[in-house]
Amino acid sequence: MRASTTSHKLYKTLFITLLLAAALVYLAPLYVMLTTSFKGIEEIRNGNILALPDSLNTSAWSKAWSSACTGGDCYGLAPYFWNSMRIVLPAVLISTVIGALNGYVLSQWRFRGSNFLFGALLFGCFIPFQVILLPMAMLLAWLGLANTVTGLVLVHVIYGVAFTTLFFRNYYVGIPTELVRAARLDGAGFFAIFRHVFLPLSSPIIVVSVIWQFTQIWNDFLFGVVYSGPGTQPITVALNNLVNTTMGGKEYNVDMAAAVIAALPTLVVYLVAGKYFVRGLTAGAVKG
Amino acid sequence: MFDYLEKQLPKLIMAPTAIVMLVCMYGFIGWTAVLSFTKSRMLPQWEFVGWEQYERLFANPRWHVALDNLLVFTLLFIIIALLLGLMLAILLDRNIRNDGALRTIYLYPMAVSFIVTGTAWKWILNPGLGIEKMVRDLGFTDFEFRWLVDPDMAIYTIVIAAVWQSSGFVMAMFLAGLRGVDDSLIKAAQMDGASTFRTYWHVILPVMRPVFFGAVVILSHIAIKSFDLVQSLTGGGPGYSSDLPATFMYTHAFSRAQMGLGAASAMVMLAGVMAIIVPYLYSELRGKKS
Amino acid sequence: MKTKLTGLALATMMAIAPSAQAGEVEVLHWWTSGGEATSVAFLKKQLAESGVDWVDFAVAGGGGESAMTVLKSRAISGNSPTAAQIKGPSIQEWGELGFLSSIDDVAKANNWDEILPEVVSDVMKYQGEYVAAPVNVHRVNWLWANPEVFSKAGATIPTTWDDFMVQAQKLKDAGYIALAHGGQAWQDATVFEAVVLGVGGADYYNKAFVQADMDALNSATTKEVFETFGKLRQFVDINSPGRDWNLATSMVINGEAGMQIMGDWAKGEFKVAGKNAGTDYVCVAAPGTSGAYTFNVDSFAFFNQSDAESTAAQKVMAKEILSEDFQRVFNLNKGSIPARLGMARTEFDSCAHDSMDAFVASSASGSLVPSFAHGMAVSEAISGAIYDSATQFFNSDDSADQGVAQLVAAVAAAK
Repeated sequence: MRASTTSHKLYKTLFITLLLAAALVYLAPLYVMLTTSFKGIEEIRNGNILALPDSLNTSAWSKAWSSACTGGDCYGLAPYFWNSMRIVLPAVLISTVIGALNGYVLSQWRFRGSNFLFGALLFGCFIPFQVILLPMAMLLAWLGLANTVTGLVLVHVIYGVAFTTLFFRNYYVGIPTELVRAARLDGAGFFAIFRHVFLPLSSPIIVVSVIWQFTQIWNDFLFGVVYSGPGTQPITVALNNLVNTTMGGKEYNVDMAAAVIAALPTLVVYLVAGKYFVRGLTAGAVKG
Repeated sequence: MFDYLEKQLPKLIMAPTAIVMLVCMYGFIGWTAVLSFTKSRMLPQWEFVGWEQYERLFANPRWHVALDNLLVFTLLFIIIALLLGLMLAILLDRNIRNDGALRTIYLYPMAVSFIVTGTAWKWILNPGLGIEKMVRDLGFTDFEFRWLVDPDMAIYTIVIAAVWQSSGFVMAMFLAGLRGVDDSLIKAAQMDGASTFRTYWHVILPVMRPVFFGAVVILSHIAIKSFDLVQSLTGGGPGYSSDLPATFMYTHAFSRAQMGLGAASAMVMLAGVMAIIVPYLYSELRGKKS
Repeated sequence: MKTKLTGLALATMMAIAPSAQAGEVEVLHWWTSGGEATSVAFLKKQLAESGVDWVDFAVAGGGGESAMTVLKSRAISGNSPTAAQIKGPSIQEWGELGFLSSIDDVAKANNWDEILPEVVSDVMKYQGEYVAAPVNVHRVNWLWANPEVFSKAGATIPTTWDDFMVQAQKLKDAGYIALAHGGQAWQDATVFEAVVLGVGGADYYNKAFVQADMDALNSATTKEVFETFGKLRQFVDINSPGRDWNLATSMVINGEAGMQIMGDWAKGEFKVAGKNAGTDYVCVAAPGTSGAYTFNVDSFAFFNQSDAESTAAQKVMAKEILSEDFQRVFNLNKGSIPARLGMARTEFDSCAHDSMDAFVASSASGSLVPSFAHGMAVSEAISGAIYDSATQFFNSDDSADQGVAQLVAAVAAAK
């Protein structure tokens, strides 16, 4: 008995070491970005990229946020940050709700052809987004939504629903159909069952879906650049403008600071969503 | 009447998705298919030339490089990301009660746009700046790590960066799946005296089959569309040795005024995906039915 | 700080005269950083003084690749911007598709035919009428060298490609990187272009790389070009693939490398590092091209507008672009020379003076050629084919014969 506990402990230490080592590797690029953002330009040009900065120089950060040029305008990333929020929040919410309902139908209320529909939906999202740029632009113009936030939200919802549907469907498939049957015998309807039986079990998968959608839409560049107009450009477009020079010099410290700033909302989502992830664990236990 | 509506409700819920899918996915695929048979250059022009664009495409050495790369990249990327994601998920699930910090560390690469991370990776992988220099400075002066600047190896650096970016998400999917596994199943298995490994292999992993399915679809989707990754890490170079079909298509359709050729390459890509993904979708979705 | 002030000045100005608006221009461009952004801000300010509001629509990346994607999707959905940064033969292609609007009346009223060199004005016209306005002329065939490195290695700055190999070897033997280079397709093409011009001369260059004449491409001269280009592989360091051009420039600045072949925008990097032309660094024509000039002209093309107000604003913008003030400020910032002739040159540095003189001289001698590496000479499809061939050749061990064969096949396929 005692021997097995020691070996258990040994394994545990080994595993935790492994996890920590992996964490270090994952952190390396972030380390490079952060240290670079605090260095001066001369230090970057002549120094070692892995070295710590000589001093904590935060000017790159304030420049990236409020005064770096993203074109003829030089207001930093700040204005674009809010543009992105206006696009991302509705798009994530709508696509997650639709995905949850779709997944619920496709796993628990199957009808003839529902599997085919799901397969077609999944295959359809393999279309390279670059080829839909032009027809979608025409469609948006026809709808009167060209270069608007609404148009961008619509595009993100359309191409995000396949994934949210996939997440929820695969999660709900694991829930026994007997549950639905029993609830129906009790007289509960379609939505009542969804609300009282499925929704309470859904937090881990909602977290996964929100993480995926938030990340995809927040980091999207292609749709953001093509379907936005002046004044509605999302943060990735601004970031891209900020870091790309055709023939001018590069300010790597500002670039790196801007990249970290642009990533902050997603990081916050991960941290906050993580809490519900743990709560999902408890929900799972209730089920068993 | 109400009963009828209630019965049709599932179909009604799916209807908008189905219609939008028909137009915005299959409609646009059709549009592209038609475009690939035209001589379109800078903008779509509806003058048909038969299979000419496809002939040009397969006569282009760069396209063959891109196709080969896609194969290598997709296979390695999916396998490594799946294994790594699963391993991290299992280790996290078993060993650490409060896994918030570690989980966020594995996930954060997804959060950071590759527009800039590409630069950080470029530095890390560059022999004169990053790993090679660091190890040599430690005294191992013969150490070489030059994949980034080697035309034969550059594609593998893209695999590394892609795995770094996506494996955390795969981990999250598996973690959600593991936590959805019925505890009583595990207890029963352990009661029977099964080892941890056997418990995972025979009891837990089979239950997680839908999660595997989801992860494979997501990963292959990422692999086929990998674009900014290539663009910012290698720019397709050295030469065009690390080009992928997605970058090939974008470059030709939009910045080289060869839209017909770009459309043809997109169709070939889709056909390739169809050959691999459709059988997989079919077997997975059918298997569920029985 | 400087940019902040400009923004502030602008904001105050807009606050004072908000009502005197003759419309607005929505301008799609990819100048988003440093000196370029400052220049755009200057144009914006000038337009504001004339009562035209500037709606900035900046999309950077890949030398305008993303901006062109945006432009195409806007144009196809009937929603073109007022003006867009387009250059070279693309202007003709947009003209053929019927998207461009004539600004010939502005050009006539302001004597553009007189003040612009013919090679430049030809590019700006579609079917004889001006549809675009040029902002600058870049010289691409420059060799930037660090004289200190050369003297330490006992080498002299080369003037022919044969001499280049000798001197580069000396630099290499002395432990320096001979040629600072960034292995990105466009930089490979930039060097390739210099070799083409230096080895083949202007006539060959025009035949093979402007008219894309198959016989000229499939010739002994092309083989010689590839042989020379291939010899350069050994003078580039192993870490070059993917390197940004400005990092290559800093290798010359801090004495790691002897020289770099790059357009005149490289000057900006030397300037930022506090180096002076003539003493700390030298700018000479790329080997074998001293009497010749590869030009790269940036320009704004004007798109058809549905309302009269935008059309009027468009014309104000066209006029301002060719104003002496804008041409001076813009080109001082960008390292290029003004597109309009006969401007005061005192503020410009010695490299710019050389560029101005060479421009006039080469124009007279017929060795003024458009840059194919920068989208001035051939259609996008053909220049893409040349890019692929050049970069693939440079990053492999292919023989000159293979290089020629690949180039010929690629250009033929792109036609």
